[in-house]
Amino acid sequence: MYGWCGKIARINLSDQTWSVQTADPDILKKFIGGRGLAGYYLSKRITLNWDDPDMPLLIFTGPLVNTRSPTSGRMTIMSRSPLTGTVGDSSVGGSFGTELKKAGFDGIIITGKSNTLSGIEILNASIRVTDACRLAGRQTGYVHSLLKGKGSTAVIGPAAENGVAFSSIIVDRHFAAGRSGIGRVLASKNIKYITVKGNGKTKIFNTRDLKKAREDVFRLAAASPILLGEFGISRFGTGALYDLMDARCMMPTNNFRQTKFSRASLMNAHAFKKRYAPKKIGCRGCHILCKKITKNRTSIPEFETMSHFSALLDNSDINTVIRANRICNEMGMDTISAAATLACFSEIFQKKLSPDEIVSLLLDIGEKRGKGTDLGRGALTYAKRRGRSDLAMAVKGQELPAYDPRGAYGMALAYATSTRGGCHLRAYPVSHEILRKPVATDRFSFKGKARIIKIGEDLNAVADSLTACKFIFFAASLEEYARIYTAVTGIKTSGQDLFKTGERIYYNERIMNAANGFTEKDDDLPDRFFDSPGYKNGSIDIDPIDRESFLKARSNYYVVRKLDKNGMPVPDTARKLGLVVP
Amino acid sequence: MDQIFRIYEDKLLKSGLADPGAPLIGLLDARFSWNRDDIACAELERLFDHLSINSLVFSQPAEPYRSIVDYLAETSGGIIFPSDCETRTFLHDLPVSFNFSSESIILALKERKSVIIPGHGIITHGTVGLEQAYVTFSSVCFACFVKFFSDYLFDVKHGKINNRRQNLFDLLVKRLDPAPCFKASLMKGPFDSEMSVRKAIQEAGMLIVEHRLVDSYFGNISFCYNDTLYISQTGSSLDNLQGFIDPCPLDGSSCTAITASSELPAHLEIVKNTNGKAILHGHPKFSVILSMDCNIEKCECRGKCHIKCPHERFVCDIPVVSGEVGSGPHGLCNTVPEAIKDWPGVIVYGHGVFTTGKTDFNRPFKNLIKIENDCRAEYFNRIR
Repeated sequence: MYGWCGKIARINLSDQTWSVQTADPDILKKFIGGRGLAGYYLSKRITLNWDDPDMPLLIFTGPLVNTRSPTSGRMTIMSRSPLTGTVGDSSVGGSFGTELKKAGFDGIIITGKSNTLSGIEILNASIRVTDACRLAGRQTGYVHSLLKGKGSTAVIGPAAENGVAFSSIIVDRHFAAGRSGIGRVLASKNIKYITVKGNGKTKIFNTRDLKKAREDVFRLAAASPILLGEFGISRFGTGALYDLMDARCMMPTNNFRQTKFSRASLMNAHAFKKRYAPKKIGCRGCHILCKKITKNRTSIPEFETMSHFSALLDNSDINTVIRANRICNEMGMDTISAAATLACFSEIFQKKLSPDEIVSLLLDIGEKRGKGTDLGRGALTYAKRRGRSDLAMAVKGQELPAYDPRGAYGMALAYATSTRGGCHLRAYPVSHEILRKPVATDRFSFKGKARIIKIGEDLNAVADSLTACKFIFFAASLEEYARIYTAVTGIKTSGQDLFKTGERIYYNERIMNAANGFTEKDDDLPDRFFDSPGYKNGSIDIDPIDRESFLKARSNYYVVRKLDKNGMPVPDTARKLGLVVP
Repeated sequence: MDQIFRIYEDKLLKSGLADPGAPLIGLLDARFSWNRDDIACAELERLFDHLSINSLVFSQPAEPYRSIVDYLAETSGGIIFPSDCETRTFLHDLPVSFNFSSESIILALKERKSVIIPGHGIITHGTVGLEQAYVTFSSVCFACFVKFFSDYLFDVKHGKINNRRQNLFDLLVKRLDPAPCFKASLMKGPFDSEMSVRKAIQEAGMLIVEHRLVDSYFGNISFCYNDTLYISQTGSSLDNLQGFIDPCPLDGSSCTAITASSELPAHLEIVKNTNGKAILHGHPKFSVILSMDCNIEKCECRGKCHIKCPHERFVCDIPVVSGEVGSGPHGLCNTVPEAIKDWPGVIVYGHGVFTTGKTDFNRPFKNLIKIENDCRAEYFNRIR
């Protein structure tokens, strides 16, 4: 088999057994890998509680992983989200996906529950479950350092063990599978870490065509100011977006009460670069190298973290941003959710958090101490328990990232329709609404956005399934990646065929959410965005979103996505996509 | 008619890409909308069932593009392979459908951003808006123009021109735009405020488009003032730069210019290493065509001229350098700044022209026109 290994490891922790399942080629073709394939396997169990031992945790790579395809070293970790109850997944980089393919697997399906805290160690075709009791409560960096020599690592921190709803899984110390609280699922199975190491090769159908297609993508990446330009993410990390968000007056500030941060110029990527002089690293097989770490191997925060731990909390101490990021990574917590939950707390108690308070509250959350116990449930649950659910800036229970939807209406719609809740990456309209790629669209208009968002969702579903980095699609398109896919797998396809696959993957996620009771009332934004304005200076006015226009756009989206008028999947559409509505 | 349609009809007409009444422009959100009723709408709406697109432009190109595109399509064998920079970077190649049926058109558009249907026109599409479809339409016309005249020049030298092509060439020459001419003056520097810098950039942008020294909006403009480079944004229309100019502090203290033109690295290098403060970059056609006309035989870099050229080349006393769009080891930011130091401008192989000025855009604009007109005259010299 070209591209795929054709093998999936099934690990049952309850009886400590594992087996190898041969992947059905038709299913691989229909769902590709990564998020698509994980979703296919998750759909059979999606109505189980997230902590039911039979609920699988799925780790899947794609056919392009462990090949010379550009930016294709990623993987998806998926289960049902403890934070939202929706499909819960995170795409993550590092080397894990590549090592998994080298070990001979396209994916791992973990079910059951270990009696004691354990680790899973994969070495080529061999899998063993090990005792990890000694690592209980240990931070991710420490565990990672102990596992040196065992290959790539995926580790949970104390937060997941302590039941924090937005727990992450940290891969290779620096790369977070942050969103959806996926780390808590691993903790519920009593798994502290997974390591994987292999030395196999992925078979390529046509290396010459792959080389040509790869050159096309490199050429486009070089032409992209956002990727490899003077101020692009290769030089500054994703924090390169920070100045732009502020300049566009859509930087969430003070728990989304404002949209411009007066001290942004002191807290931008340039400031971090000047102060910490970081070096570049990246995921395996990526030439963009957007990750930045300091000499003592501390991660420079990603844009979302940089923004939320500064503007969202009205914090202008740059070192606190670094510390907060480090604590979140060491404790194993999603930085976006953690910061947004603190911002919600800050607003409820009308109290600006000092740098020390930010740090100590984060530690309390991770260690399940004091106020941290409640805050660890996430912003929405926390606010609800205090009768102020209006102050939780979340969609479907997932806290919103660092793009204020009043400053980009496609983003407003994308947040609402995202299958994993408040997420910028499902449709990623920042690309055209802010970064002008492939061309600029009017960020203050819903006109045409329903179909644009649907197309964006399908595109990113494919990217997450191949698996390639979404950033490369600021420059390249599925037109180029279809050629890569064909060169690697030997399966003739086109960019448009891949879009159809993306549609199937996304519709499958809508079906899963519908099965768990999600309806159009969940495809919505917090009231604040319809009631309150953001920054205004005469030349840029960030007004409240017109509710009627939003609802009209959402209704158009349902038409375009071929859902019913309540946003529910339609059996006929599902059938045409090769899916079933239960 | 929706205003958006009027905007793109005007753009196609003003840039000489289509004749009045020719463009059929469609958009799909939850429902279709078209700029006008046409019998082709029903067939074209079928495309949207099979393609994840939201916009489409279908038009016969205006002359001389129409005859060029039809000729290249009919003699292509199914795919046209231009070798200019835009095609190489963004379009890759240009598929042809020999009949106007949705099945055949879909097959082509599944793979690429455009399809040429000889005798009918060009169809282009976008996934986020009409701007994409418009840009692709323009790029297809540009690429075909450059290819036709480049191929003709090459084949004339090798005695391979048949009657049909000669007759077409003679006809096309009569249909060419008149050579650009500019006798007035642009805003005079030195400028004393950011506002006047922005106005000067806007003025230069409008004139570049008006004189058809770029295709669609590709090209870029910058001016360095008070240690800040003001530069047109990526994907901005040079004839409408108000609100689309990024300030880029030379000390790198802000990343706001992440949305600046792809050629920002080259502009920065030029202002840092030369006396140039005002920089223009356009894609005048005959300069591009002549940059690809190289007589050196048995060159070890043949086929890679856009990446590397071991020879010192000049066209009309203007240096020709290799270099691809943007940054990277083969980026034109590595070749243009050095080459432009001692010359009125630089031509990048298969791509376009850079010119610079010290205080305002007068000199670079006039040089841009002069280089193009010299190249145009030289082209016709070479085919004699």
